[in-house]
Amino acid sequence: MLEELTSKLPKLPTLASVRKMSPISRKEMNNGLLFLSPWLFGFVAFTLLPMLATLFFSFINLNITDGIFSTPKFVGLDNYAHLLKDPQAGVSPGFWFSSKTPSSFLITIKFALYALPVGIFAPLLLALLMNNRHLKGQFIFRSLFYMPYIVPFVASVFLWGGMLNTETGWINRLLLSMGMAKDAVPQWANDVNWVYPTYVIMGIWGIGNAMLIMLAGLQGVPTELYDAAKVDGANQWATFWSITFPMISPVIFYNLTLNIIGLFQYFLVPLVVNNGTGRPGGATLFYNLYLYKTFFTYQDMSYGSTLAWFLFVVILVITVLLFSTAKYWVYYAAEARS
Amino acid sequence: MNRKILEGINSTFVTVVALSLVIVFLSPFAFMMFTSLKTREQISVVGAPIWPAAQPKFTYDGKEQDVFKVPVAQCAGFDANSTAIENFALIKKGRQESTFVDPNNLDKGEFVCTVSWRALDRPWTLSPTWANYTEVWNTIDYLQKLGNTAFYAIVTMLGTVVSCILVAYGFARFRFPGRDLLFVVLISTLFLPGAVTIIPTYAFWAKLGLVGTWFPLMIPHFFANAYNVFLFRQYFMTLPRELDESAMMDGAGPLRILWSIIIPQSYPVIIAVVVFHIVFAWNDYFGPVIYLSGAPDKWPISYALSTFNGIYGAQPQLIQAGAFMAVILPIILFFVAQRFFIQGIVVTGVEK
Repeated sequence: MLEELTSKLPKLPTLASVRKMSPISRKEMNNGLLFLSPWLFGFVAFTLLPMLATLFFSFINLNITDGIFSTPKFVGLDNYAHLLKDPQAGVSPGFWFSSKTPSSFLITIKFALYALPVGIFAPLLLALLMNNRHLKGQFIFRSLFYMPYIVPFVASVFLWGGMLNTETGWINRLLLSMGMAKDAVPQWANDVNWVYPTYVIMGIWGIGNAMLIMLAGLQGVPTELYDAAKVDGANQWATFWSITFPMISPVIFYNLTLNIIGLFQYFLVPLVVNNGTGRPGGATLFYNLYLYKTFFTYQDMSYGSTLAWFLFVVILVITVLLFSTAKYWVYYAAEARS
Repeated sequence: MNRKILEGINSTFVTVVALSLVIVFLSPFAFMMFTSLKTREQISVVGAPIWPAAQPKFTYDGKEQDVFKVPVAQCAGFDANSTAIENFALIKKGRQESTFVDPNNLDKGEFVCTVSWRALDRPWTLSPTWANYTEVWNTIDYLQKLGNTAFYAIVTMLGTVVSCILVAYGFARFRFPGRDLLFVVLISTLFLPGAVTIIPTYAFWAKLGLVGTWFPLMIPHFFANAYNVFLFRQYFMTLPRELDESAMMDGAGPLRILWSIIIPQSYPVIIAVVVFHIVFAWNDYFGPVIYLSGAPDKWPISYALSTFNGIYGAQPQLIQAGAFMAVILPIILFFVAQRFFIQGIVVTGVEK
């Protein structure tokens, strides 16, 4: 899916080229655009215009009670200046180490550092296990590891939340029965130091999709390559780094990109588990959660829009950086051939 | 060592590793089932078994009596050297001595054991209770929530399938300047954070007075989405063009070709999109939270379940019963249609 974006951007058509078209190709264009029209309309109405409106809101002062069509009061960059000075948002590095309550931006980054390695390596290791030629019943295992992915997210949060309940959950009961002291067992979602690992565990059921994609990538590696490596006397580690990894690098890149973008927007789990309160100790007031609270709870449209555009720009910059690294480590077989 | 034996050892080892992983991975389902069948009493007792159980009672002389695990050596009329422990019903409590009967041997009559009844354990027997399910069923009006979810899933599924097929057909079969650029724009919407559009969109629906209705949740699905358009387009591009062209020779228009040539060849991908969409709609939580929070009679099952945390915070047996009722249908759907799930995912991930 990403190959379109990593390869060269298609050119914008010029008016002259459209004018020069033959009647047949003109008809083809009209038909094509007609079929595209549901998306074109939807894109303008539900994506492009709202995006621009969000940008516009960030330069004015607006509360939801004012209504969107009231006369705008331009405030220039005031909202952005406020954003830089807001210790809760914490987008300026000055707040990262000084502020007493954890800032939302730092929380988001911190959690990503826990969740990203799991989000990449857990599905990769599982896919390697599924692809092991010694494994019996590959199809059954593949289905069973994928299946929790379709469990509604609220339910999976409740299931793992129950497992991790400090009193009645199986995990703490297991730890106690293994001889751990009662005051030494983790307090999971109630403990500032355990709440991020808890969320990572609650998200572990989401790896099925990435596992399937990586498995399909592994199965698509031509066996001739492995045979050639064997002839050359390469060991398993060398084979993995010189053949398997480059061949599945597009799949890893795809998962990495989606994971990072998803983690910057992370907020549904704390919304359900801790009701979006930020408990314990403000450690779960993620950036996106703060954004939604600013709008839906405090009804501040302008500051909410400012937070949203800042998030958008951060995600855009990271995506562009990520894509610019792609040429060093992502291998597109089709491109190399042409 | 014999090569075959080595293979066998390897197979066993790898398969056992996978099996243990899958057991740990799926253990929350067992937790859910067991917990949902427990009584509230059992959950509050420290040291109760993890499976649904109850402490048996015995009716003696018209009264319900608790049953205890008694070391028989302490009881009058039993072998004083015995190490056996039996389940006896407590008739009369005492600090030093208590009176018991043996439920399995009533002829023996009442007898006295020199034990402090407070120090005795009580036995547990397997005893699933179904009351949690009835309670959840009634509290959240499960049938109504199920109906809401199905209504939401089916209406938006129709909108998604029809609009995405039309758009994908446009991308797959028509050449015109700017098409590839539009496709790039379409794919990049996948990476757009929802936050950057939600505020004006919400304000817009609020202005129209439609917050609290289905419209804000359903209408956008009638205008195609990147993920499913991509799936359809990849599939359409693998279909040979010869059939299209010969139909065109016969004077068929583009819609006719789509309807009679493309769609009949595309059932696998259509089914994949249908099941993906149903799972999406079943799972959708945030949309209903923002647009339907004031209209409980329209809540889908996911949202209704999420309110349990507040209502039943201290009652895991009800939360797990609710979770079961929310997961059972998607799981059945998955096992029925798993072939299509797996194909669809592979297309998006690998055929970049």
